[in-house]
Amino acid sequence: MSIDVKNASYTYSPDTPFERQALRSVNLSIGGGELVGIIGQTGSGKSTLVQMLNGLLKPTAGTVTVCGITTTAKGVKLRPLRQAVGLVFQFAEHQLFAETVAQDIAFGPLNLGVAPSEIAARVDDALLNVGLPLEIKERSPFELSGGQMRRVAIAGVLAMRPQVLILDEPTAGLDPKGRDEILARIRTLHRERGITVILVTHSMEDVARLVNRLVVMHEGGILHDGPPSEVFCQWESLSRIGLGVPQATDVLRRLRLEGWNVPAVALTVAEARQAIVAAWRERGGQD
Amino acid sequence: MRVIEITGLKHTYKGHEGDTVALAGVDLSIEAGEFVAIIGRNGSGKSTLAKHINAILLPTEGRVVVMSMDTQDPKQLWRIRQAVGMVFQNPDNQIVATVIDEDVAFGPENLGVPTAEIAARVDAALRQVDMLPYRRHAPHLLSGGQKQRVAIAGVLAMQPKLLVLDEATAMLDPVGRAEVIDTILTLNRTADLTAVLITHHMDEAVLAHRVIVMDEGRIVTSGTPAQVFSQPELLESLGLDVPVAAKLAKELLRSGLPMPEGILTATQLVKALCLLT
Amino acid sequence: MMQNVTLGQYLPGNSVVHRLDPRTKLMLAFAYIIVLFAVTNGLAYSVLALASLAVIGLSRIPIKMVLRGLRPILMILSLTVVLHVFTSREGTLLLGFWFVRIYSGGVQQGLLLAFRLVLLVMSTSILTLTTSPIALTDAIELVLRPLKRFGVPAHELAMMMTIALRFIPTLLEEAEKIMKAQLARGADFESGGLLKRARSLLPLLIPLFISAFRRADELAMAMEARCYRGGEGRTKYKVLMYSRLDVYAALCFALISGLALAVSFSL
Repeated sequence: MSIDVKNASYTYSPDTPFERQALRSVNLSIGGGELVGIIGQTGSGKSTLVQMLNGLLKPTAGTVTVCGITTTAKGVKLRPLRQAVGLVFQFAEHQLFAETVAQDIAFGPLNLGVAPSEIAARVDDALLNVGLPLEIKERSPFELSGGQMRRVAIAGVLAMRPQVLILDEPTAGLDPKGRDEILARIRTLHRERGITVILVTHSMEDVARLVNRLVVMHEGGILHDGPPSEVFCQWESLSRIGLGVPQATDVLRRLRLEGWNVPAVALTVAEARQAIVAAWRERGGQD
Repeated sequence: MRVIEITGLKHTYKGHEGDTVALAGVDLSIEAGEFVAIIGRNGSGKSTLAKHINAILLPTEGRVVVMSMDTQDPKQLWRIRQAVGMVFQNPDNQIVATVIDEDVAFGPENLGVPTAEIAARVDAALRQVDMLPYRRHAPHLLSGGQKQRVAIAGVLAMQPKLLVLDEATAMLDPVGRAEVIDTILTLNRTADLTAVLITHHMDEAVLAHRVIVMDEGRIVTSGTPAQVFSQPELLESLGLDVPVAAKLAKELLRSGLPMPEGILTATQLVKALCLLT
Repeated sequence: MMQNVTLGQYLPGNSVVHRLDPRTKLMLAFAYIIVLFAVTNGLAYSVLALASLAVIGLSRIPIKMVLRGLRPILMILSLTVVLHVFTSREGTLLLGFWFVRIYSGGVQQGLLLAFRLVLLVMSTSILTLTTSPIALTDAIELVLRPLKRFGVPAHELAMMMTIALRFIPTLLEEAEKIMKAQLARGADFESGGLLKRARSLLPLLIPLFISAFRRADELAMAMEARCYRGGEGRTKYKVLMYSRLDVYAALCFALISGLALAVSFSL
């Protein structure tokens, strides 16, 4: 289930005074089962890019082919794409509307024509996947806390059994604990289901620990694309476009400038600690 | 001078499924000119506490005294709300008018400030938040950070003594957050405005004079950022983050390196390490 | 899409018409409509029509913008004419076949009524094209203020209008987001009969309404935090002031309506 974006561009409001080119000739290929982070500032084009992956937006130039379906092909049926690619928007809790949690989660599968007999099982499954208790099924989604509502919204997309799951800023507005829980769920989902997961975010710290491939976007184009350890080496480029590197890496970077023999990148505090202790001993440090 | 004096504050929300105790007894005082950060996870009571400061909520028990005015005295209500400017979480749901300068004028209009003076206040406020060029813009065209700065200006135009930001950066992107925090720091340092920042971003809390940690309706600990963040286990058990540099310093200490206390930033950490060898 | 929605068709400009106090424009538009209904013959309508055209010219608004405002009522216009043409029995018989009888009276009546409708819509178009929504709201508040003693909540109405205008683009943006989220979940807003399509809007409307209520709640709290407590004791940032232009406009209007009324009652 691969994603192939070829020279795709997107212009909002073409031929009007408000014309704005959000994407410039972007090339991106993502294979099945990858866990990718797309990072960039507001306005970098990342939200536009992911909306092209399930056909909500079609490129104004170039092509986007997902799971064998090219979105700009003549007479293309986009429905299969809506099933194959699950897109969870930022502040997803705002899309909840049904009387009960179960009904809301069932909305997606029902639209896809899933048999009623199977829907109940999918709802249960989805709730377990997001770590919510089954008792919540008959409650109104509006009685829940913000974090719970968000998880219900994610469950609603998971119940459609997509092969690609895209989450746009899933941790926005959550406290540290809520953020850690959602990221942990995403990691588990990716591991257990083997689906492709694309995480769109602002936060370097979030992606550092989670993804195995990082795509950095800036002003409608892709600036870097590779494993986090490689991307974080590009400190100057990242800081020039207003993104940083994870703090652990930043510490190592500054130590290197002072002549310390430490690696350029650390993705976690533990890694940084190990590297610093080793370098300290090397410099004659004694306990 | 004490601008805020809170004693034995309790607050219970009455719900149809039972009562929730949001504040279980809080004692807190804040001096003029301080920049205080209140951190805590969702449900810790920090937002409830904030809403007591300008009398949006009234105590179930205990007292809240702002600039010598008791919030439970209905005659002082509007004077309290003029002295305490509050900025809320959702950037959109605070802006009332269709044009920026008219929104900033809303507060002074409510206070009955003479027309001739309002314009001067609006200009001054917009200048303080660096949004003067946007005065005739429509709010929906602004970014989140810009909207929050307009909200701050709207409050500044009322000439408050104290600024309370109730998770005002929670819905913003990193650029927006930086804009808002920079504005607060500047106002606190140059305009002598007392600031209370409710947040769960630790990188913001490290900038404060004092950090107060809440959990389950109580204050668990407080002190300077260096003091508070030198307890990573406690903070993590409360569902909070610790600045990476502080955590790293603690771990290095545990691995045998003679790290000094109070490290909060990468700069401090690197400096300390270089001094070691 | 929602970046620069000009609300209520307002076209900014600096003509004499734009610079009139909005209260003047509001009251004159209202008075114009009253005179329009007070006069009954074609000559009087022509006088009023010429006056409207003069105002359009002065405002430098392209005539096609004004005509565009007539599009929604094209149906009503045709219906009015047709109704009168085919049902009136006054005047002389012009055409007759089967059971159809077309009299000159019917034609005259129909055309006159259509003329009146056109002038009516044009006058309100001119008002909204030359006056910003905020200015209009201010004008309405001030014009209604004297009616407060009769229980008309002038300030509250103006506040409601301002807030509604402020949130229209925001809500439209939110509607777009919610729509996309539901589309991503396989929602279909386009196919099916009327009933099915109406029902398919629920996943769009319910979240939108809930969000609107939540906004209202938060906004009210923010307004109170800024010491809002209704209209009592409030001062104004921008004060509307009449100028010489308004006096000239009022005088011109008096002349024109005097002429129209005279023409109407002398014939």
